[in-house]
Amino acid sequence: MPTDLWLAGAIGVALCLYFLFGGADFGGGVWDLLARGPRAEAQRRAIAAAIGPVWEANHVWLILVIVMLFAGFPPAFAAISVALHVPLTLFIVGVVLRGSAFAFRSLDDQTRDPQRVPSPPREGRAGEAVPSPRDLGDPGQRRFGRVFSMASTIAPVLLGAVVGALVSGDIRVQGGVVTSGFFAAWLAPFPLAVGLFALALCALLAATYLTVETSDPTLREDFRRRALAAAVAVGVIALVAFVLAGSGAPRVRAALAARRWSWPFHGLTGAAAVTAIAALATRRFRLARVAVAAQTVLILVGWALAQYPYLVVPDVTLHAAAASARAQRLLLIALAAGLPVLLPSLWLLFRVFKRAKNSARASTAP
Amino acid sequence: MVPPRTKRECEAGSTQNPAVPIDWNGLAYARAQMGISLAFHIVFAAAGVALPALMVLADVQHRRTRDPEYLQLSKQLAKGTSILFAVGAVSGTVLSFELGLLWPRFMGRFGESIGLPFALEGFAFFTEAIFLGIYLYGRGKVSPNLHLASGVAVAVSGAASALFVTLVSAFMNGPGGTDPIAAMASPSWPYQVVHVLLSCYQATAWAMVAISAFILLRDPKRTLHRKALALALPMACLTALVQPLSGDRSAKHLAVAQPLKLAAAEAHLHTAPRAPLHVGGVPDLDTGEFHGAIPIPGGLSFLAFGDFDAPVTGLDAFPRADWPPVLRVRTAFQVMVGAGSAMALAALAVIVVAARRAARRRPRLPDGRRWLLAFVALGPLGFVSLEAGWLVTEWGRQPWIVRGLMRTAEAVTDFPYKAAPFWLFTTVYVFLGVAVVYLLARQIARADRPHGPTGSAHAD
Repeated sequence: MPTDLWLAGAIGVALCLYFLFGGADFGGGVWDLLARGPRAEAQRRAIAAAIGPVWEANHVWLILVIVMLFAGFPPAFAAISVALHVPLTLFIVGVVLRGSAFAFRSLDDQTRDPQRVPSPPREGRAGEAVPSPRDLGDPGQRRFGRVFSMASTIAPVLLGAVVGALVSGDIRVQGGVVTSGFFAAWLAPFPLAVGLFALALCALLAATYLTVETSDPTLREDFRRRALAAAVAVGVIALVAFVLAGSGAPRVRAALAARRWSWPFHGLTGAAAVTAIAALATRRFRLARVAVAAQTVLILVGWALAQYPYLVVPDVTLHAAAASARAQRLLLIALAAGLPVLLPSLWLLFRVFKRAKNSARASTAP
Repeated sequence: MVPPRTKRECEAGSTQNPAVPIDWNGLAYARAQMGISLAFHIVFAAAGVALPALMVLADVQHRRTRDPEYLQLSKQLAKGTSILFAVGAVSGTVLSFELGLLWPRFMGRFGESIGLPFALEGFAFFTEAIFLGIYLYGRGKVSPNLHLASGVAVAVSGAASALFVTLVSAFMNGPGGTDPIAAMASPSWPYQVVHVLLSCYQATAWAMVAISAFILLRDPKRTLHRKALALALPMACLTALVQPLSGDRSAKHLAVAQPLKLAAAEAHLHTAPRAPLHVGGVPDLDTGEFHGAIPIPGGLSFLAFGDFDAPVTGLDAFPRADWPPVLRVRTAFQVMVGAGSAMALAALAVIVVAARRAARRRPRLPDGRRWLLAFVALGPLGFVSLEAGWLVTEWGRQPWIVRGLMRTAEAVTDFPYKAAPFWLFTTVYVFLGVAVVYLLARQIARADRPHGPTGSAHAD
């Protein structure tokens, strides 16, 4: 297999991991924004506890994707950066605000350890009650919380719109120069539908993971209902996007509908989606987590297959944008050298913080 | 040492004129946006390199002494690290996108050359983020040894990140070649990497010295901050003394490898033997005269070549179109050297005093009121000289984005509305800067209040 395919595969894997982990962190922000009812604060706390130790590591997958793209396919990176300047700029502003606001909020918690249990209200300086550190409730924290949750909601939409624009066929590149303007390619129904699809998928991932990571049964029910709603939303928006693709991304839609692998593949994705919904409905949360992750990976792989061999449909192919074979080979060697450090570290991180908390899962639900 | 690039090689790059006329106003916005993003990120990146080391030192002290204040201090430093690291991580992400968003032609042509160090930096960054998560949230969840090892991993991978990123800067300043391996080992890399790493520790340690001193001035009973001072001061003094040596090596390297940059930094117009060094003052670039400067005859020759009579290449050896903005480069250089010299002198004084006290068997830490006042005044100089030094290297490289191979004006994006993202990011960074200062100030103020509404030394 030539180096450009290996590298494209590595980018695809990193993108999948970014979506599975970083996407779920965005989804956590969505549910922070939509936290409602008497347990709103408890939901926000559960989300913050789930994201806190891992979001920065999860975020690095994005950096790896960007680096592999510009190192392995420099002209494609250049063309994408020009054509999608606006949504990418807005996306990274979202990334910046999301990350910093989250860090500000969790570290502004009255100087306590992040892991401390809630303590009763204590006396403030002027004698007024000070909210306990873990309820994320003082005005400053609430402000940062709003920034965090809104940025988390907007960023995935923009990232989805970027993907939608890449497959739309509306970005035209001639002789390395983008000729199709700066707005039309992404500010259209199809890319925006893909943006909403990405948002729904993030929300689904987050809510499903949270059912496994919450020990409180009532909270788990909250997240289960949210996951089911998000699963339905994912299905509906997928249909809408598929219909819009007819005129919005004809080439990729043709690939999705008419290649040899197309329908078996859709069948597999659909099976994962149905399994996820069924598992959520019957409170098999670990199974739901696996099914939702599988569904997400299948969706991303389907997208990649439909887009192949283009990096930007229809003018930039993997092959044409490839860096020199030597540069790509060296990059692959660097990746291979990094993995033995990365994978055990990641394993340790998730082992420490993500061991399931609901060991008695189905039986404790109301 | 690799010989400097020939003039013909330089000109080969400059002949590629962009098809469209250059939008100078847009270029200015793009450069300003990149500059603000980098200037902002550098502060957090430097703190992200050095603060974990201080945090681990505090942890080690706690293990040795079992003094709960060291534990408290380590936790405070961990919190500071996590805020600064988070902002550093996201502002670094902005930069990786901005490389393409602002300079797509640079990335299209040189992306493969600089990809290798960036990929390695990605892994270092990964390790840093993972172990910071374990360190911050894992106290009590993982064994104390694993916890401490995580802190060490954060400190080491932070330094590794800085190393890899500086390799890219070294490539842009003086590419050793565009092959990925050659690009990673550009001639100036050892000088730049040492100088940058030292500056990270120096800036952060001096800032911590100043903060502790400031609090001790207001309330001498806050012993935690005396310990913080004692922890940061050795690092501050050591780096302040070593850094001028590293700077000297860098200058000697520049004199041979990038003579134009050195000439700009010194506003040295005429190529001549026995070149004088001018301290302060304002240069006149048409005559080569200085107004109000203190001249040291042969000083520049000595600094550049270790010989008072050696000829030093001046700006006049290069076409004016290739000059960097000389006045700005020189001003930044003078600020860097001035601030660095002040810190070095202070470090020397601290060491002398500490040694004399130790000889008289008194506590060694110089923490009298006058010392504390001096520390508060000197504290910001670390970051001042860090930023100034970064400006020297960036402005000093202009008008090239990759010296000799591509001009900055050729690299800039075709995106026509460059003012909009500039203002957007400027606003975001002002907001973040204010928020960080506010949060850190609050955090530090509350660090050891025994009965305040916040944490206490007895919390654990």
